[in-house]
Amino acid sequence: MAGTAVLGRLTWLVAEVAATVPETPRTRTLVLDVPGWSGHRAGQHLDVRLTSDDGYQAQRSYSIASAPGQPLAITVERLEDGEVSPYLVDVVHDGDAFEVRGPIGGYFVWEAGDERPVLLVGGGSGVVPLMAMARAHKAAGADTRMRLLYSSRTLDDVIYHGELVHLDGNGLDVVYTLTRGQPPGWTGYARRIDDDMLREVAWPAGDGPIVFVCGSTHFVDAAADGLVRLGYDPRWVKTERFGATG
Amino acid sequence: MDERRLDGNAIGGELMELFGTEMTVAWAVCRACGAHEQLAEMRVYRDAPGIVGRCVRCEAVLLRIVHAPGRSYVEFSGVASLEMPVS
Repeated sequence: MAGTAVLGRLTWLVAEVAATVPETPRTRTLVLDVPGWSGHRAGQHLDVRLTSDDGYQAQRSYSIASAPGQPLAITVERLEDGEVSPYLVDVVHDGDAFEVRGPIGGYFVWEAGDERPVLLVGGGSGVVPLMAMARAHKAAGADTRMRLLYSSRTLDDVIYHGELVHLDGNGLDVVYTLTRGQPPGWTGYARRIDDDMLREVAWPAGDGPIVFVCGSTHFVDAAADGLVRLGYDPRWVKTERFGATG
Repeated sequence: MDERRLDGNAIGGELMELFGTEMTVAWAVCRACGAHEQLAEMRVYRDAPGIVGRCVRCEAVLLRIVHAPGRSYVEFSGVASLEMPVS
C-alpha cells in the first residue's frame, strides 16, 4: 500500500502557484495547483508550510476562498511582522511552490443543500471563507436567502469588491460597514458592528437562520454575542476566530 | 479583550493529524463543568510553548498538545468523553 494515502489522514502536498490576483493593498489571492488535492467544502481552510534553505519551517492556516469545484484559491492578508504572509502576498509568483495540507475543518462549513436562510458576518480578511460560501451559493444556483454583513476599515480594504458588486442582488445581499474612513457620499454603515446594526441586517430569529461569523477574536465575540441578544440560538451561530500571527 | 484567544478551528490540522479524522465537529464533555461542546467552539491559545484548549463555558483546561522533534505530547485530561465522527 506504499504511496496510498490513508483516508482522512493529512498529507503534505506540493502546491504550485498557478496565478496571483491582487485584491487590496494588503491582500492577494493565490490560485494553487495541488496534484492529489481531494477537493474541499465551502468554509474549510488549509495549512501552508514554508521551508527555508537551512531547514527552518513555518506553518500557517489560510481559509479557502474558492467554491467547491472551482480552482483552489486562498486569499492572504499581509501582517507586517509576519513570517509567512509577507512572502505569500509580496514575493511568490507563478510557478513557485510550497507545501499545503488539507482541507481542514467540518464545523465552519456551509452546504448548498441547506435550506435555512444564511447570514454571513465578516470582519476584514474574515470574509475569505464567507466568500467561498457566497461563491458556492452562486455556483449551485441556490435560492436560499443569503446576506453578507462585511466590516472593513475603508472601501479600499474591501476584498473581492468587484465580484461582490456583481453578486449583490443576484441571490446575495451585501451590506458594508466602513469603520475607519468612508468615501464622499457614502450611505452605508460607518461604525463597528453593534446590536442596532445586527437588528437591521440579520434575518428575524423566527426564520431559523444559520450564521457564519469570521474575523478577529474581538469582532467575532461582538457579533456572536449580539446575535444571541437578538434571540438567536447560539447553536445557529458558527464562529471562526483568526489570530495575529502571519 | 484577549486577541490571542482563538477557537478550535485554528487547530483543526493538528487534531486531524493526531486522530486521523476531522475533529472540530467532535463533541467533548468538560470534566470540570459538564458542558457539551464541539471542539471547534473551545477556547484555544496556541502561542504558549504548546497548544492549550479550554472549555468555552468554564475555561477549565480541556487539552494540551506539545510538538517536539519527532514526537507529540498530547494530554486530554479535562475531557470526560469525546464523541467522534466515524466515516
